[in-house]
Amino acid sequence: MPELSYREAVRDALSRAMRADEDVFVMGEDIAEMGGSMGVTQGMLAEFGADRVRNTPISEMGIVGAGIGAAMQGMRPVVEIMYEDFLTLSLEQIVNQAAKHRYMSGGQLKVPITIRTQGGAGWSPGAQHAQQLEAWLVHVPGLKVVFASTPADVRGLLWSSIYDDNPVIFFEHRTLYGLKEEVPDELEPIPLGQARVHREGTDVTVVATGRLVHESLAAAQEAETHGLSVEVVDPRTLQPLDERALVESVQKTNRCVVAHEAVTRMGFGAEVAAVVQYAAFDWLDAPIERVGARFTPIPFAPVMEEFVVPHANDVLAAILRTVGKDVDGG
Amino acid sequence: MAKVEREGSVSEGELREFLREMLLIRRFEEKVEERFRAGELPGFLHVAIGQEAVAVGVCSALGEDDVFASTHRAHGHTLARGTHPNHVMAELYGKLEGCSRGYGGSMHLYDVERGNMGANAVVGGGLPAVTGAALAFKLRGEARVALAFFGDGATNIGTFHEALNLAQLWRVPAVFVCENNAWAESTPASQHMPITDMSDRALAFGMEAISVYGQDVEEVRAATERALQHARSGEGPVFMDVETYRLTGHYVGDPQVYRPKGELDELRETQDPIDRLRERLGLADEELERIDREVTEIVEESVRFAKAGTDPAPEDALKNVYA
Repeated sequence: MPELSYREAVRDALSRAMRADEDVFVMGEDIAEMGGSMGVTQGMLAEFGADRVRNTPISEMGIVGAGIGAAMQGMRPVVEIMYEDFLTLSLEQIVNQAAKHRYMSGGQLKVPITIRTQGGAGWSPGAQHAQQLEAWLVHVPGLKVVFASTPADVRGLLWSSIYDDNPVIFFEHRTLYGLKEEVPDELEPIPLGQARVHREGTDVTVVATGRLVHESLAAAQEAETHGLSVEVVDPRTLQPLDERALVESVQKTNRCVVAHEAVTRMGFGAEVAAVVQYAAFDWLDAPIERVGARFTPIPFAPVMEEFVVPHANDVLAAILRTVGKDVDGG
Repeated sequence: MAKVEREGSVSEGELREFLREMLLIRRFEEKVEERFRAGELPGFLHVAIGQEAVAVGVCSALGEDDVFASTHRAHGHTLARGTHPNHVMAELYGKLEGCSRGYGGSMHLYDVERGNMGANAVVGGGLPAVTGAALAFKLRGEARVALAFFGDGATNIGTFHEALNLAQLWRVPAVFVCENNAWAESTPASQHMPITDMSDRALAFGMEAISVYGQDVEEVRAATERALQHARSGEGPVFMDVETYRLTGHYVGDPQVYRPKGELDELRETQDPIDRLRERLGLADEELERIDREVTEIVEESVRFAKAGTDPAPEDALKNVYA
């Protein structure tokens, strides 16, 4: 089994799809010679040429819209938006066009576009290059939203996103690109809408996305020293959401923590909390805890950035609160 | 930039057919206004009375496999492309027999089978997708063209500039038809454009531009043929600045307080594309009345068809969200 980094896994999925299918092509800013600002598309220009690894001007709404038009004509374009902060520039096209053409046409059209983007704090890029905006997109009917946290997941989910007949917003996390793991020789597509249980446990369920999956796994490890068995579940697809997997886990553990890097308030975790409390109300032994960023823009100075976004110790503290303990063991 | 003169490429018979289509669109839209005022049509709507020669001139030139995107003022484009009036009217009544199955309404008319990729109610919102459709044709080596209708007001929005920039940069087979009626809703061109010659917009991208008088259907047809030929031959996109006149308000019921007194009456006297074509053809009154009776009956039938159509079940709203 080859070992791939998260970055290489994205590239592998793109390249395999482009080898298999002439209708798949990628476009975005600085993705050709430079290989993308995160290096994801490095080497692809040489293999696939400039028509299919299409370098674009700085025109987020133009290139997303062009991808929509190509998709409506039967292509499967993958548009890269360099930072998810810049998704804001293309939101009209995503929200009013991609998400609605099928509906407004009464089902005549499909828009099989995948919009890849990345973001996240942890390296002091400041307030306009580090946001986590997935909650904006899960609120829009017609879109699918994916947030992958491991190399194997990002590869299998990206493949499924490219071949999904709906617009998919595909979030990657900036700090995960170097993460490596062994993946099968053959790419195994991962169906959209299927959660993954990363670690089984019996006392507390942590529902986590993106970087917080790894922070939560570290917190779960630490929780063992407090005598707690923690289950970590990654929904992987935020829309559609594998509600059943989350609810079943909480029905087993009776406690739930939701963790993401985006701001807590009005975040994706609020929806998870609502779903879980409604379906598992009688099973819950404690209020559902939420972990996320504080309600500020992402600050520049490392000490402030570190303070604003959540880490393993924040997840651990939340886990302990669900069993009536605090971090000091009191 | 070139000014297109009549090139006489259209036969007398075709011109008579154009007149019939333009009159059909006119009567259709008058009927739509009437039914709207009678409270039968939900939502709100925009008619393009006065702009029929653009719809017919452009759509008659399109090839069978070409596609287009329209605007909130889409009835004429859709009818001129051959969507049956029954299905357009049924859409306005919110029926399942409508060309968007009742999911779209006046501002979201679709007919994918006929290359109508959708009328867009966000001004300029459909332009990037036209560039993208043309890119798909180019990548697949297909001799098809994607065409966009939009108004002068749309030339101020970012999608216009990004879509045209990309189209020219990539030399895709697209045609951008600006229905320049000099009004962005209630705002005159003098208040929304810092230039007077619209085709200067295209010059900024190095794009081929054609200016055409849009009340003359022959001119529109000839200019569109040229534009399509240019795009189809791989020479890149074309911008068409089509001078036209909206002989009504922005929306049905618009009191048009912003319009100078008397302007509308004068324009109706001097800029009606149907009167112009009738004169060109030297059509006798009885001949015109015969055509008028025919198209009026088609329009009446479309209302009967629409009213007898099937209402969606409320829960049909849950369909078609995802493929």
